[in-house]
Amino acid sequence: MSAATASAARPAATTTTQPRRRMGNLVKQILFYLLVLVILVPFLFVFYWMIINSFKTLVDAQSYPPKFFSFTPTLENYRALFQDPSNPFLDFTLNSMIIAAGSTFLGLLFGLPAAYSIARYKQNGLGLAILTARIMPGISFLVPLYIVFSRLRMIDTYPSLILSHLIVTMPIIVWLMVGFFEDLPRELEEAARVDGTSVFGTFWRISLPLSKAGIVASAILAFIFSWNNFMFSLVLTSTNTKTLPVAVFNFMGYSSINYGAISAAAALITLPVIVLVLFVQRHIVQGLTAGGIKG
Amino acid sequence: MATGERRRESAGAGVLSPAARPSGPQPSPWSRFLTYLEHRPDRVFPIPAVIVLLLTMLFPVVYTLYMSVQQWEFSALDPPKFIGWRNYVNFLTQDSRFWPSVWRTFYFTFLAVTIETVLGVAIALIFNREFLGKGLIRTIFLFPMVATPVAIALVWATIFDPNLGVLNYFLEQLNLPIVLWTSDARWVLPALAIVDIWEWTPFITLITLAGLSSLPSEPYEAARIDGASPTRVLFDLTLPMLRPTIVVAVLFRAIDALKTFDIIQVITQGGADYSSETLNIYTFQNAFNYYHLGYASSILVFFFMLVMGVSILLLRVRRAAE
Repeated sequence: MSAATASAARPAATTTTQPRRRMGNLVKQILFYLLVLVILVPFLFVFYWMIINSFKTLVDAQSYPPKFFSFTPTLENYRALFQDPSNPFLDFTLNSMIIAAGSTFLGLLFGLPAAYSIARYKQNGLGLAILTARIMPGISFLVPLYIVFSRLRMIDTYPSLILSHLIVTMPIIVWLMVGFFEDLPRELEEAARVDGTSVFGTFWRISLPLSKAGIVASAILAFIFSWNNFMFSLVLTSTNTKTLPVAVFNFMGYSSINYGAISAAAALITLPVIVLVLFVQRHIVQGLTAGGIKG
Repeated sequence: MATGERRRESAGAGVLSPAARPSGPQPSPWSRFLTYLEHRPDRVFPIPAVIVLLLTMLFPVVYTLYMSVQQWEFSALDPPKFIGWRNYVNFLTQDSRFWPSVWRTFYFTFLAVTIETVLGVAIALIFNREFLGKGLIRTIFLFPMVATPVAIALVWATIFDPNLGVLNYFLEQLNLPIVLWTSDARWVLPALAIVDIWEWTPFITLITLAGLSSLPSEPYEAARIDGASPTRVLFDLTLPMLRPTIVVAVLFRAIDALKTFDIIQVITQGGADYSSETLNIYTFQNAFNYYHLGYASSILVFFFMLVMGVSILLLRVRRAAE
């Protein structure tokens, strides 16, 4: 805003001739785009480095000075990831998907009615309680859950992981959906109520279908958060339900020198997230601030 | 029909208590229960979430408080033993790793969040105009904060490598002295802060951009008529009006930075020589490496109160800023 008004004010003040002014604007434009590029490079470089290293041989990945462009690309790192029997990458992927999908589904099941309730009946206390879950350190849930799940012999099972990831997914879903439900036109719900539909019928048949876009967005975000979760999975999994982040973390331990292999694993975990993000761009900041901000 | 509907409506809003309903043939308790549910949707809708909250939040908090006054090494043979305040006294007065981890937590948070805020707001001010590729940049800026932290941390670990890492290569090209990064006790926290800054500066930028787009235009008109310089417009107009937005962004970042776990655990696991052991990492070590579950629980209570305290403090600041 300030920059726009400033640049609009300047041409009126100066008395240069038309072509020279145009040249000045062009230079300014070029400088601006250079600045944008300088800002973007560090953010993009880390992704570039991850992807480029994942296609390097062991020798190329460990060469110094580092090879930025010229090397013979190889798919060896990816092939090794999927063919190493001691490190079943596909199983870990499946575990990550089951746990993320399960905790997202349960998050919707438990979270949607609560979000609706907070939006309709102004239950700010409940909203605050769910926000507390967002503020509390994850480890303060983890120690008690670990003790209880150990006693119940539920360590390294899907139910215990899905339940623990619910602590991550449910608050995101609730906080995003409160906003969506608040923006829903009341008239349609009221019309349904006049026609004799119960409150719960109205919620199920009118409000939920109308907020489909919001539900999809919050589900995708919840899925990403569960997919990315490291701490809960690190403690609660061992061999059977190990998720991708834990697997890759362990993987680093015994191949700490092979940058190519590490990069390939990192790229494979990140890729689905990047693809999913493209669908929910507008809601991410909102989801990350737990609904504290709209924008 | 019409009156019946109206009664339904008002009961739904909670005006009529179930007892005040018109008397007819006595319904069964079950159907009365169902009628009650139908009339109090505000009580019914939250039930599933409240059950989850009780199980996953309230129970852990209560259980942590209980464990924090026990001594227990997670052994089936030795049950937890009540020792009163001894855990608390121990970590507050005798544990040589505790207080350093607290200061490191604050140091890391302060370093990361301060730089993120300055950079994030500055970048937002630069991006705050219409230009080709703005939408694309917004998308790109989402990537660092949603990319799997473990994966990102692994890539950064290779970048920080003192011998082969690309960061030292760049420093060499610029004729700057190279740094041992995560192997150097003085540099390990700044190095981790760099990762956090890389991940979360876009967050501040995007929130600030949203805030900028919702600023009123009248003050700018007035400033233009008064002939105010761009610098004055920025410092006397834009930044003060942005303050509530920035405070909210800082609030969320500070709460999360205090709890940073993934990148530290992956890149250093608290090293070099404990010099990146923050409170979260130290608690984690106590709980899941040494299995001092009682002791870890007492530190958890402290950690929890610290995060809550900072949150409340920042909320106060936020209210004052608005």
